Amino acid sequence: MRTISVKDITKKVRDLCISAAYDLEPDVAGAIRAARDSEASPLGKEVLGQIIDNFEIAGRESVPMCQDTGIAVFFIEVGRDVFLDGSIEDAVNEGVRQGYKDGFLRKSVCHPIKRINTGDNTPAIIHTSIVEGDKVKIKIAPKGAGSENMSRLKMLKPAEGIPGIKSFVVESIKEAGGNPCPPIVVGVGIGGSFEKSAILAKTALLRSVGSKNPDSDVAALEGELLTLVNNLGIGPMGFGGTTTALAVHVETYPCHIASLPVALNIQCHADRHKEAVI
Amino acid sequence: MTEPKRITAPLTDADTAKLKAGDKVLITGVLYTARDAAHKRLIELLDRGEKLPFDIKGQIIYYVGPTPPKPGQVIGSAGPTTSGRMDAYTPRLLDLGLKGMVGKGARNREVLDSIKKNRAVYMAAVGGAAALIARSIKKAEIIAYGDLGPEAVRRLEVVDFPAIVVNDAEGGDLFLQGVEKYRRGA
Repeated sequence: MRTISVKDITKKVRDLCISAAYDLEPDVAGAIRAARDSEASPLGKEVLGQIIDNFEIAGRESVPMCQDTGIAVFFIEVGRDVFLDGSIEDAVNEGVRQGYKDGFLRKSVCHPIKRINTGDNTPAIIHTSIVEGDKVKIKIAPKGAGSENMSRLKMLKPAEGIPGIKSFVVESIKEAGGNPCPPIVVGVGIGGSFEKSAILAKTALLRSVGSKNPDSDVAALEGELLTLVNNLGIGPMGFGGTTTALAVHVETYPCHIASLPVALNIQCHADRHKEAVI
Repeated sequence: MTEPKRITAPLTDADTAKLKAGDKVLITGVLYTARDAAHKRLIELLDRGEKLPFDIKGQIIYYVGPTPPKPGQVIGSAGPTTSGRMDAYTPRLLDLGLKGMVGKGARNREVLDSIKKNRAVYMAAVGGAAALIARSIKKAEIIAYGDLGPEAVRRLEVVDFPAIVVNDAEGGDLFLQGVEKYRRGA
């Protein structure tokens, strides 16, 4: 048994909130630079150039790359040999409170009906799981609303199959147009149950941009979906172009014989994700 | 790429007449900020027959909720938010003389018709380019609804604020034209 103080979790979460807002991860930055080189539209190329200038300024000057610093979403893996000396949820929320204040990040969380801002960006969305080992792994993916609002979930009939999945993904992205700040990263969750498909779609976004699903059939579907999405012509910010998505990531899970849940989680180009291990 | 057109805000009909969908522009002058919550309050004021907190004639509204400024900064990061959330409120403001809007994403049919009718213009800034855009903002002051925090109405003074014309006064639409040009396959 290894004891981990929840104070250390708070400190780590605070730092992750700030660094996620300021420093774009190299996988995303690399994918955007490659897109600028390959983009056919001159205006699209220019938009991608502004996006690159922007994340470079943000990293250099330690300021948020986007004003929508998001609702803070966490995936936390707790080793089963870890003893925590307090509430992990309280510790994470305290870290968010400190990080959003100390990092000068925008507080964007409110009551869903009364629409009153909570003032400190809490509560966070926290997914925890128990894994082997004696460590705690914290992944943060702060999520802006522009892209989250364009996300969709549909319970398909099994008979709709792969064509149904493709048409749902492509039509949803077409409808979203320039709203989710393309170039986007597309997370698709296929299978499981209603809520499982949504979590799969979200975790698909945590993968390194452009990485392939280890199942070759699923990887092939990712490739086909990427081509279909980029054929839409939406382009950077919806102004027209050949880069609508940087990548499509698909995750699957077995489902009921009568079901085919498909969830689509759209991520903007400010694809902020960081992780730390304690 | 062509050189950007320079415009000065507030705008006149003569200014909007010169702008075409797809034009790059650099805006200098005054912008007012407002998002959903502020728009809701502005419309409630009008419903009660009261005056808006600023003279809207010729003005440009920028849809933005900035991050808090760090010490020494005029404003924090300040990129555009999704304009479609303001669609329900926009035609009424255009009828009162609002001349321009800056945001991101598409507008609905009612807004597009109202833009044409009122000889206005809808422009997009690059979503997510919030640190870059903030450099063009030289002054910021809250003029209404301070309790809304990031959603308060601010008066911004900008120099060479970068945007792209999406919907012009003649009905031109960059989203339709641009996507049509690069769409492939079925």
